[in-house]
Amino acid sequence: MNIYLLCLVLFCIGLYCVLRKRNIIKIIVGLIIAEYAVNLFFVLVGYRMEGRAPIFSPDATIANMVDELPQALVLTSIVIGLATTALLVAIAMRIYQKYGTFDITKIKELKG
Amino acid sequence: MNPASNIIPLFVILSLGGAFLISLLGKKIKSAPDILGVSTTLILCVLSFVAVRLVNIHGALIYSVGAWKAPIGISMVLDGLSSFMLVTVNLVAFCISVYSVNYMEKYTSKWKFYTLFLLMLAGMNGVIITGDIFNLFVFLEIASVASYALVAFGTEKHELEAAFKYAVMSGVGSLFILLSIVFLYSFTSTLNMADMSAILIQKGPSNIVLMVSVLFLMGFGLKAALVPFHAWLPDAHPAAPAPISAMLSGVLIKALGVYALCRIFYNVIGVNSTISSILMFMGALSMVVGVFLAIGQWDLKRLLAYHSISQIGYVVLGLGLGTPLGILGGLFHLFNHSIFKSLLFLNSGAIEYSTGTRDLRQMGGLAKKMPITSATSLIASMSIAGIPPFSGFWSKLLIIVAAVAAGRFIYAFWAVLASILTLASFMKVTKYAFMGSLKEALSGIKEVPALMKLSMCFLALICVIAGILLIPSINFIFMQKASDVVLEGAKYGNLFLGK
Repeated sequence: MNIYLLCLVLFCIGLYCVLRKRNIIKIIVGLIIAEYAVNLFFVLVGYRMEGRAPIFSPDATIANMVDELPQALVLTSIVIGLATTALLVAIAMRIYQKYGTFDITKIKELKG
Repeated sequence: MNPASNIIPLFVILSLGGAFLISLLGKKIKSAPDILGVSTTLILCVLSFVAVRLVNIHGALIYSVGAWKAPIGISMVLDGLSSFMLVTVNLVAFCISVYSVNYMEKYTSKWKFYTLFLLMLAGMNGVIITGDIFNLFVFLEIASVASYALVAFGTEKHELEAAFKYAVMSGVGSLFILLSIVFLYSFTSTLNMADMSAILIQKGPSNIVLMVSVLFLMGFGLKAALVPFHAWLPDAHPAAPAPISAMLSGVLIKALGVYALCRIFYNVIGVNSTISSILMFMGALSMVVGVFLAIGQWDLKRLLAYHSISQIGYVVLGLGLGTPLGILGGLFHLFNHSIFKSLLFLNSGAIEYSTGTRDLRQMGGLAKKMPITSATSLIASMSIAGIPPFSGFWSKLLIIVAAVAAGRFIYAFWAVLASILTLASFMKVTKYAFMGSLKEALSGIKEVPALMKLSMCFLALICVIAGILLIPSINFIFMQKASDVVLEGAKYGNLFLGK
């Protein structure tokens, strides 16, 4: 149970970082942390204590295997996260070129 | 498997293939992006009408990817609701791609635009036809990532700021959606949506389902820009190039937000009175807050973006009512809104193309110089404000009548009030932009090129005649099928029985 709670704490750290930090790069890092917390949670859902890899061979007993589906899905989710992060970092670089700062309190021309 | 179901994966394959070919050929052959972009969307548009016909003949169609049987492999499902959404999305996408041929001349690297545009379309079509909940998440992210890049397409100060805000907020929304998918998977041990629905009914109500509903509401609420989660929309939608604003406001928030919300809540989790009252409340709140924020805007595209929030409120209110009439009205308003809101954004793009400004105070008297833009804009304005006989009137009427019939008089009152305020704010647009005397600075402007006019006229024509969709025999083959899927929510779980 503890491990799930730690996962939740990690997620909350990420969200806190997104909501409270003023530096664009820190916001991106916060988003990554929150995303990793979700991925970790997904893997944990399929994990079993002392489970073994789900590889089927004729002499193996089908007992106590971990669930392999979440692992496959997390792989997809990590790749998606990579795409989002790469795009966000690219946007952050362009923002720095235009505004000359990473501080979001100084980047607020859109209002109303 | 029914041979007719081979049409289903084409919606994703064609748009992905088009995006690939354009990125491959676009740099070398000057006209390739235009030709490939328009022809791909045209084929998709025709196919979506074929899909409606097929659903009428065969009922719901299922395609198993890689021939893996349903609950284990990924399946794609084409039922009434999907075919309805496919027509909406691909029709608008076709008009917008025709419009972009001329409009995007002023940007460099047109091929990048068409590649991203088709990727976004592939994502949306994927969300609509998929029958697998993780697959839904993947397609949702494809469409979202393409749309972040498109919002930042101009790479000027405002575009970048809006794109960053949009990407972070929408990214958080996606995390909530993924988290709720994890919970649902651990609870039901399946990812197939129909299978999941059957298992959830078997297991009965539990706290996990409640928590998952809240997470989904947050995630899809962010994607659909319902009111507590709307802050990104008024920045992101105006910042994009006009055809993309039309695409985002017209169909993206509906395909990723409202459609997914509707599918998950009505067909998978199952709606109860608490959820439907939350949906109605959020709908009514968006409706009123959106229109109040819109009325004071002077930036034309920003004003239209706030109206998108308000009109999405109508759709969600109609769907949340849960009565047959309410759902029909909600879906009809979804269709109408995607037509007239994309038309209005295309009009704003045409004005910006000719005059170079979006500020209403710097316009005036454009009706003389740009007769077609002003006429189509007037039609769309009257449609969104709900003047009979234009399309918006019928759908709003259905929603308000449904609210009264369900005994929700307060919501009906708010819907009428929001409609009146919408009328007021579009009278302001018409007065400042098109009426009055022509400004000195604008005396040299010309009407926009032919393809832009063509696509605006086509959308305006749909606005005028969309009312005929309510004629019983037409309604039966198009919208009735869609609202039946929503109404008979739990039946979705039986989809794979006997196949």
